[in-house]
Amino acid sequence: MSTPILQVSHLGKCFRSYAGEWRRILSWLGLPLKPVSEHSVLNNISFTIHPGEAIGIVGQNGAGKSTLLKLITGTLLPTTGSYTLSGRVSAILELGMGFNPELTGRQNVYHSAGLMGFHRHEVDQMMPGIEAFAEIGDYFDQPVRIYSSGMQVRVAFSVATAYRPELLIVDEALSVGDTYFQHKSFDRIREFQQQGTSLLIVSHDKAAVQTLCSRAILLDQGSIIKDGAPEEVMDYYNALIAERENQSVQQVLHESGKVQTISGTGQASVTGIGMYNSSGNPVEVVNVGDDVVLKISVTVNTFIPRLVLGYMIKDRLGQPVFGTNTHHTNQPLSGLAPGDSFHFYITFPMRIGPGTYSIATALVDADTHLTNNYEWKDLAFIFSVSNFDKTNFIGSAWIPPQIEIKKL
Amino acid sequence: MISLLTGAWRYRYFILSSIVTEFRSRFIRSRLGGLWMIINPLAQVAIFSFVLSGFMGAKLPGISTPFGYAIYLMAGTLGWSLFSEIVARCLTIFIDNGNLLKKLVFPKICLPLIVFGSALLNNFLLFMTMTVLFALLGHVPSTTVFWVPVLALLTAALAFGIGLILGVINVFIRDVGQAVPIILQLLYWFTPIVYLANVVDESHRIYLMMNPLYWIIEGFHNILLFGTNPNFKALAAIAFLDLILLLLAFVVLRRANADVVDAL
Repeated sequence: MSTPILQVSHLGKCFRSYAGEWRRILSWLGLPLKPVSEHSVLNNISFTIHPGEAIGIVGQNGAGKSTLLKLITGTLLPTTGSYTLSGRVSAILELGMGFNPELTGRQNVYHSAGLMGFHRHEVDQMMPGIEAFAEIGDYFDQPVRIYSSGMQVRVAFSVATAYRPELLIVDEALSVGDTYFQHKSFDRIREFQQQGTSLLIVSHDKAAVQTLCSRAILLDQGSIIKDGAPEEVMDYYNALIAERENQSVQQVLHESGKVQTISGTGQASVTGIGMYNSSGNPVEVVNVGDDVVLKISVTVNTFIPRLVLGYMIKDRLGQPVFGTNTHHTNQPLSGLAPGDSFHFYITFPMRIGPGTYSIATALVDADTHLTNNYEWKDLAFIFSVSNFDKTNFIGSAWIPPQIEIKKL
Repeated sequence: MISLLTGAWRYRYFILSSIVTEFRSRFIRSRLGGLWMIINPLAQVAIFSFVLSGFMGAKLPGISTPFGYAIYLMAGTLGWSLFSEIVARCLTIFIDNGNLLKKLVFPKICLPLIVFGSALLNNFLLFMTMTVLFALLGHVPSTTVFWVPVLALLTAALAFGIGLILGVINVFIRDVGQAVPIILQLLYWFTPIVYLANVVDESHRIYLMMNPLYWIIEGFHNILLFGTNPNFKALAAIAFLDLILLLLAFVVLRRANADVVDAL
């Protein structure tokens, strides 16, 4: 592989506190005063990013994500360890920060580009591009205070990405502006990526991490606990959220080569799952539009008051295509005893595009897996959809059209 | 130390454009805009001279114009406003821009430098206005007026050094931000701006003289009102003090660099 853009080795950050703030001040002047306590928020973080790679950083609140980003951008200085960064880093952390509401968009662009370290003549060169990308027309020369928040974000994003950085850091800011601009900004990020920019994305948005990232890092309590394919990491992360007392999270290598995550209390479990065509034969490859039956067998292991079965069809990238549960369909089971078993027959037409899909199952007591999670099983079943006899199409949904052409 | 200065140099365009921006933004929404920066000290001068001129006027030696006391006040106010503006604004500069410092990487020294530049600019405008007023009051400043830039720079550097140190400390000990305005107020009255140094009897005047601002304000009086050269020994001493304070400020800023953002 080529030389890494970013190499982080054994990075750690702790916040020091002194017996009194005066002691801290005297310690700058060389007095040998030691801090009384050190509160460590990140420890021993090591990872490498290569050009064009996109890494998602996920983790619960307080896991240290923002601190890590601040260390990499350089606003915070590490306590231990180091990192080497080759090239320019740009961060989309908080868009529109530092904008002066009284100044025009153009003047603010000069100001914030100046803050990013650009010289006046460089900004002059960038300006037409920024103005064109923001697409706010005459507003560009109006004071920012009369902008809508969307316009402000447009200008801010345009400035932040006016130059292609070697490393682009994006913190929760992906859903900026209206849908049109969201697409536009995503396109720009992808374009940068194709030209070799590496991305470091912090987001709670699972979909964003899975579509943009080639790798994900899960932080928990200041340490990396998982570094791998986004789907695997996100599954683990979801399981971690659901983790409660006496619940376990296990990941096993599924026969498809992917990592399967099973978590929950185990008070009920899925014992069998299969897909059948309309003539009752088991299938793994389904024609677009065919009716299928998904049969899920569930066994109850202890007394449980209420049981809901949920299932979700996910695409190759782990993004949900369709999912529902028996809470939503008003078919929860109640008052269950050990040994009870059920077959769930779920019939539906396969109106999804060609590709491989997986099914995740969840046994819970209400409509989310956060309340009482008996079992959550990713990659419970893998199947593929092929287009044997339908008009050729692309995409993840099959929406058969009727095209009528009238000559005028 | 060197990296601090090269950092500031790399961001020179940003610093300059920020000074211009700050100046411009003052004019945008208020009709008199930046004039308020001048009206404020002048109004104070007007009040003091109205209230106190009868009392103080007689004691101004060697000044023929009846507006001697008003000119005395203006000259002192010119120096004082430069000093106090820089100290007061540097004091909160890091706290006010905490969000920016937490999110963006740029040399921290830029922020106080912007204050430094824009305070000098304001003071220059105040000085121009005062020169016009002096002429209207029938007092034509002598050629010693060319010492004003030197004295102003020494004053600004003193304020910058003090302000920077206090600004950094204020990030960690917020009481400093509350205490300093009070101390500034005290310092104002411990400096002969409103009154003449000779109203304080000889035996106590030594305490006034321990205040570096005594010498600075005296310098402004000398060059603007009395038309004499400033006290060069005093200038040299202040220059030396400036150097020490600036060095100390840079050391503090550099050492505190890692902690500042943590505490913001």
